[in-house]
Amino acid sequence: MTSALFPLTIREQAAQRFEQLGWPTPRQEEWKYTNVAPISKIQWKSAGQAASIGQAGAPDLNMAGRALVELTFVNGVFVSKTGGGAKGLKVSRLAEEQSEKLAKYADYQDHPFTALNTANANDGALIVTEAGAAIEGFIHILYFGSGDEVWSHPRNLILAGRNSQLTVVETYAGEGRYFTNAVTEIVAEEGAVVDHYKIECESSSAYHVGTIQIHQERSSNVTARSVAVGGALVRNEVNAALKGEGCSLALEGLFIGAGSQHIDNKTVIDHARPHCESMELYKGILDGNARGVFDGRVIVGVGAQKTVARQTNKNLLLSETAIIDSKPTLEIHNDDVKCNHGSTIGQLAEEPLFYLRSRGIGEEEARGLLIYAFASEIVDRMKVEPVRELIRRAMFQQMPDRLPERRGASR
Amino acid sequence: MLEIKNLHAGIEGKEILKGLTLSVGTGEVHAIMGPNGSGKSTLANVLSGRPRYEVTQGSVTFEGKDLLAMATEERAREGVFLAMQYPVEIPGVNNIYFLKAAVNAVRKHRGEEELDAMEFLQLAREKMKVVDLDEAFMNRAVNEGFSGGEKKRNEIFQMAVLDPKLAILDETDSGLDIDALRIVAQGVNALRSEKHSVLCITHYQRLLTYLVPDFVHVLAGGRIVKSGGKELALELEQKGYEWIEQEAVAAR
Repeated sequence: MTSALFPLTIREQAAQRFEQLGWPTPRQEEWKYTNVAPISKIQWKSAGQAASIGQAGAPDLNMAGRALVELTFVNGVFVSKTGGGAKGLKVSRLAEEQSEKLAKYADYQDHPFTALNTANANDGALIVTEAGAAIEGFIHILYFGSGDEVWSHPRNLILAGRNSQLTVVETYAGEGRYFTNAVTEIVAEEGAVVDHYKIECESSSAYHVGTIQIHQERSSNVTARSVAVGGALVRNEVNAALKGEGCSLALEGLFIGAGSQHIDNKTVIDHARPHCESMELYKGILDGNARGVFDGRVIVGVGAQKTVARQTNKNLLLSETAIIDSKPTLEIHNDDVKCNHGSTIGQLAEEPLFYLRSRGIGEEEARGLLIYAFASEIVDRMKVEPVRELIRRAMFQQMPDRLPERRGASR
Repeated sequence: MLEIKNLHAGIEGKEILKGLTLSVGTGEVHAIMGPNGSGKSTLANVLSGRPRYEVTQGSVTFEGKDLLAMATEERAREGVFLAMQYPVEIPGVNNIYFLKAAVNAVRKHRGEEELDAMEFLQLAREKMKVVDLDEAFMNRAVNEGFSGGEKKRNEIFQMAVLDPKLAILDETDSGLDIDALRIVAQGVNALRSEKHSVLCITHYQRLLTYLVPDFVHVLAGGRIVKSGGKELALELEQKGYEWIEQEAVAAR
């Protein structure tokens, strides 16, 4: 068994906090829409050693050869590292390399799942760029879950040095009824540019809880994209703290639920300093009995003059029984700001559908085109082509009776 | 080609077409003119199968087949094309991708082999010239950010690529400047042949200067109240619609 990541004192503190906090319940405001009882009922165990990646998942998920560096973990246990890397970039495992910045940003005092992760994390990726290094290409971290009643607590730390630039893709996938509880901390130092992708396409019976914790310093620029396609019960949190002047942040999300999936997106953007800009767009597509949640908070502090913040959540419901809870929230504590927020919930519009059909395209195919079109606002903005391909495949697997295969791939 | 008999139709329980009868032969160009509210657009919408329009009485056959029994896409595959009055913007659907899917749906229906990307592109380029559309349009989303004139030209471009047997133009001329009007007419004239028919619905005579019709019909109160040759359009332009409406009332 690999050694634990954190010093004993932190682990014990975190474990203690989890004991005190307990599993969250819908009585708590933060967990109003999501009941984690199905997760808390199971006696989870850690995987002793690395299993291999299931046959089904491997060919689709592997980006080795296209990624600059790829780290693969199965049930949280390190399996392989491929790729050559680049000058100014260091990609290592947290089990092998210590960092004083670890656990400084993601809060384990008040957040039960972060406490659980901190108490149990064994490994994960440490990605560091030197000041001024502009890393071309992307780093891929693949977390694969395998088997039943197994949990894992992946932990990642991304440290973008001053004026450096990097792109990181995290993919979560697997087979079986496992539970992934991931935490990633991202630190963008002054002037750094970070493009982060989290692609959650877990097995349809898996549970996934994840937190992306972003810390931004002066004039840094972070884009955090969160795509949730798989999993039975999913909670994706993104928390960003804009701690320097002139930061820009973009949070983009796409969640696609079918069957009886439950996908909860919670985001908090904390504008602490003046002249920062945040742009948030989350889009949900829900079919069958799926339920989606968007709970987004933007807080503009007393000292955050000249803040520009836009927050939008748009949802497409494909069935009568799909549910969305959308709760965009702005909390503004000074009056020298430009902020707006809004959300929409709708079905496929009649006019575009008629237009496509009037040219000879069948109704099912026309609907499929329009579903892809809805997602494309998020997908087309992604700069990493293998990620766009992965999402289209995952979408098709998710709703094969709704979508024509390969549609949209020509863009 | 198209036989409309005693057609009664409307929307949301309101009857708009009240016994319309019209016959369009193969290779003919018919213009339907009429004042606002006479039922011109309702006719176009009913023929193309737009949702929520209800036919309460009468029949429409296209090449002997019951057109009203067909789904919208089947009508298109059979060769009926509607150039819309207000083409909708569809963000996220690529123009060229969409049109290729449409062309191949039609070809499949006709028992022809589907076009591959290269063959389609060649066809598209050729037709783009007819309506003077820039190739950059092809890679944009359907109608997104197009000006009014560009949208109408895109309709005619789609028509040229799909090569329908019957093209219905629903006020394609409205809101066009003279240059765009000429281009649209040029596109329609390029389609004209002994095998293609055109049903041109318009409020004004000006498109008909470039697109000389074989027959002109006046629609008023949901029925064809007068039919004639191309000179009827000019007469309407000079005298307006009132005299026809009065004539129709007097005849009852």
